[in-house]
Amino acid sequence: MAERAFSATRLPGFATVAIVVFLALYAPIITLVVFSFNDANSVAVWGGLSWRWYQVAWENTLVKEAAVRSLIIATSAALIATTVATMAALGTTRRAAFRGQTAIYVIINQPLMVPEIVTAVALLIFFAWIKVATGYQGLGYLIAAHSAFCIPFAYLPIRARLEGMDLSLETAAADLYATPWQAFRRVTLPLLAPGIIAGAMLAFVISLDDVVITEFVKSGGQDTLPTYMLGQIRRAVTPDVNAISTALLALTVILLTAFFLLTRKRD
Amino acid sequence: MKKLLSATALLLASASLAGAEGVLNLYNWGNYTSPELLKKFEEETGIKVTVTDYDSNDTALAKVAAGGSGFDLVVPSANYVPIFVEKGLIRELDLTRLANHGNIAPEWVDVPWDKGRKFTIPWQWGSTGIAVNTSVYKGDPNTSAVFLQVPDELKGKINVVPEMNDIVNLAIMFVGGEPCTEDTEVLKKARDALLAAKPDWLSMDYGATEKMSNNDWAASVNWNGSSMRIRLANPDVVFGFPREGYPLFMDSVALLSDAKNVEEAYKFLDFIMIPENAAMISSFARYANGIAGSEAFMPEDMKTAPEVVVPEEFRAAGRFLPTCSPKATEYVTAIWTELQK
Amino acid sequence: MSANEDRQRAASTRTAWLLSAPALVVLILAASGPLLIVLVYSFLSPGDYTGVQRPFTLEAWQSILFTRDIFDGTLQLADAHLSIFWRSVKLSLLTTAITFAVGFPTAWFIATRPAKSRALWLFLITIPFWTNLLIRTVAINEVIRNEGVINTLLIRAGLIDQPLRIIYTDTAVLIGMAYVYLPLMVLPLFAAIDRFDMKLLEAGYDLYASRLQVLRRVILPLVKPGIVAGSILVFIPSLGAYVTPRVLGGGKNMMIGNFIELQFGQGRNWPLGAALSMTLLVIVTVALLVYVRAANRDRSHG
Repeated sequence: MAERAFSATRLPGFATVAIVVFLALYAPIITLVVFSFNDANSVAVWGGLSWRWYQVAWENTLVKEAAVRSLIIATSAALIATTVATMAALGTTRRAAFRGQTAIYVIINQPLMVPEIVTAVALLIFFAWIKVATGYQGLGYLIAAHSAFCIPFAYLPIRARLEGMDLSLETAAADLYATPWQAFRRVTLPLLAPGIIAGAMLAFVISLDDVVITEFVKSGGQDTLPTYMLGQIRRAVTPDVNAISTALLALTVILLTAFFLLTRKRD
Repeated sequence: MKKLLSATALLLASASLAGAEGVLNLYNWGNYTSPELLKKFEEETGIKVTVTDYDSNDTALAKVAAGGSGFDLVVPSANYVPIFVEKGLIRELDLTRLANHGNIAPEWVDVPWDKGRKFTIPWQWGSTGIAVNTSVYKGDPNTSAVFLQVPDELKGKINVVPEMNDIVNLAIMFVGGEPCTEDTEVLKKARDALLAAKPDWLSMDYGATEKMSNNDWAASVNWNGSSMRIRLANPDVVFGFPREGYPLFMDSVALLSDAKNVEEAYKFLDFIMIPENAAMISSFARYANGIAGSEAFMPEDMKTAPEVVVPEEFRAAGRFLPTCSPKATEYVTAIWTELQK
Repeated sequence: MSANEDRQRAASTRTAWLLSAPALVVLILAASGPLLIVLVYSFLSPGDYTGVQRPFTLEAWQSILFTRDIFDGTLQLADAHLSIFWRSVKLSLLTTAITFAVGFPTAWFIATRPAKSRALWLFLITIPFWTNLLIRTVAINEVIRNEGVINTLLIRAGLIDQPLRIIYTDTAVLIGMAYVYLPLMVLPLFAAIDRFDMKLLEAGYDLYASRLQVLRRVILPLVKPGIVAGSILVFIPSLGAYVTPRVLGGGKNMMIGNFIELQFGQGRNWPLGAALSMTLLVIVTVALLVYVRAANRDRSHG
């Protein structure tokens, strides 16, 4: 078994490229982590080892709140976008061509097709009407906007996975008198899982990175980490942002490790 | 997950609290508001200030003009104040409620964009000039020729900030015109000067504070406060005030017409006109303010900083950019598009 | 029989719409719907200092292709607009090609790991993207600048005595863009490769196909949906990219994204910004439909 997998799936040079890609991916990140321990007042000049930017970041409630807010929005948006995108992918894939299919496809991918600033201006005007009419100014607007532009990012990987996925298992389940829901829950969903995970992760990082739309939609006290940084660009980016980013990375790594240990135990 | 949900609920709740007593929503440039100042204000008045950032006057204007922004105070630059006034976005201040209004330094009271300071209270002001690393270029830094007729030592080593109005108007003043001019002869000369100089520029980006501290750039069109920070990190760097004319800016605080926390806003406006508090604003962002007597409370390194205290001989060359007419804006944008196409 | 088939087909269409409905509602409320406002704006005149005002006019649309020279007033082809547009398209195409060239082997590598560690490798791809785009770009800058990590290491090792000049070149922009958009290529590719039955490879080799033949005849056609999805996700967003070109490329020339933003910002010409975005939307939609149709046709034939 092992030998077959080794010989048949191995493509010469692919592993080397992959390793180089991973190294290149982490080189800037390692630089970032190292510079977060920099004693100097700068993100680019080394001045010795110190914790001080972690202290500064910890005391800077603005940046802390912005980081938490970014995570809340990204999590909510990724959850919503992935759920509705999965449904839409199931609806539009593996089906005979039907009236309106192209329209659905275009609407789903539309956020990809216009520059962010345009969606941002449109949402600014549209949400301002709602804000004036209802008086509600909460995070709902940001979550709605983020969910919307995350949908194509979640949809495309799920659709790519679904297309040409083997139908025979589902047919077999139906033959064994499984209800459509059971067939979906037990057969389709597990097969679809890698696509859903890929889509959700994309949606999450896309939301985490958004700056232009957030800048135009946010109400008072709703800065996210990217809009906080945007405000800093013209003056100086302070190293406490490095510290916050490193802390976020550390948090991710810890959560992932915990997740893996837990799932391994269950296996 | 539960924690996340409760945090979400908390955030949603706190957002809807805006408008309740004891809070104030300040909409200001990023990294421009001293946290110590806000802390002191909260201790003295019990009012909690929420700061939200913007990165350009146009974003702030567009958001406020759209309505429902939920902010109380905004800090537009001088040439945007008349637009806010004309569109009815900010309200005339009731000066009887501002006991400290007399603290505004005399030269900052009858300013062209707000005679008698009826709409706006000074926040900070500064200038756009040229930071030069003297270990690379020993010539005169006090001229726009540094970036418009780049000396050999600086060729391929100079940065120009991508600020359309600052750069095009620097060029207009360099060729002898007035900012926001509609004179096509002058505009043509300014355009030609920019196009001829561009090949000698290394880049057009922000971040001079970093890039000049670490020697990536040997010179840059830059703001004075940032240049002071560079000098503290890299003593070779000096700030030049172009004698052909350079833009001044002043950002002032204004009360929005649809503000909900008016009482609190007045308290804040009065608070920042106390010299000691104005000094806190300056020592954070490193720009001068417009409050008489605040110098006494400034940190030592700012009292004598050549970037902040403009030398007498260059004072007259500093110009506040007027609010350009739509026609002038069209010209400036066309030149900028050709420069960056 | 035929009535039954019709009924089945109608039911299938209804299910398709029902399943798509939640996504469509979110999109129409918070993305596509409000765009109609922008469409209307493109037919108005610029407001005096911000926004738009009457009268309705086609001027914005006309000025996409033809501008009136500010000095002599003659109408001429807007070469500035065309060169900005062409630069963005070229950069996006190159970025897509590069992310595919390095992303495909990476996705393949991940998909051929043992099932248990696959998720771990996937997360390793996304972790760098937990940091903000600007911070990441500044960090890349730190690695490749003249006194940066790479040059310092190479000089210390005695391999070079003058720093390699990467920063502020087109190479720097392409490195940065490929970095920023890599997961958008790798994840869809992975999703497509992972459902791929590796036994097919064995069959290919049993028939004495070379590795290259297997790659071309078996693997690439089967992962095509992933390639399509990945290319779309990389190509279109990189059209609007401007942080990376500015920080790593020096920002001396505009991208289409900056140009549109200029109209909504300091340029104060919202109608032109709106018309430009609508043009971009139409071009990209047409390109996308042609691309997807072509990809689908290939598959049905072979």
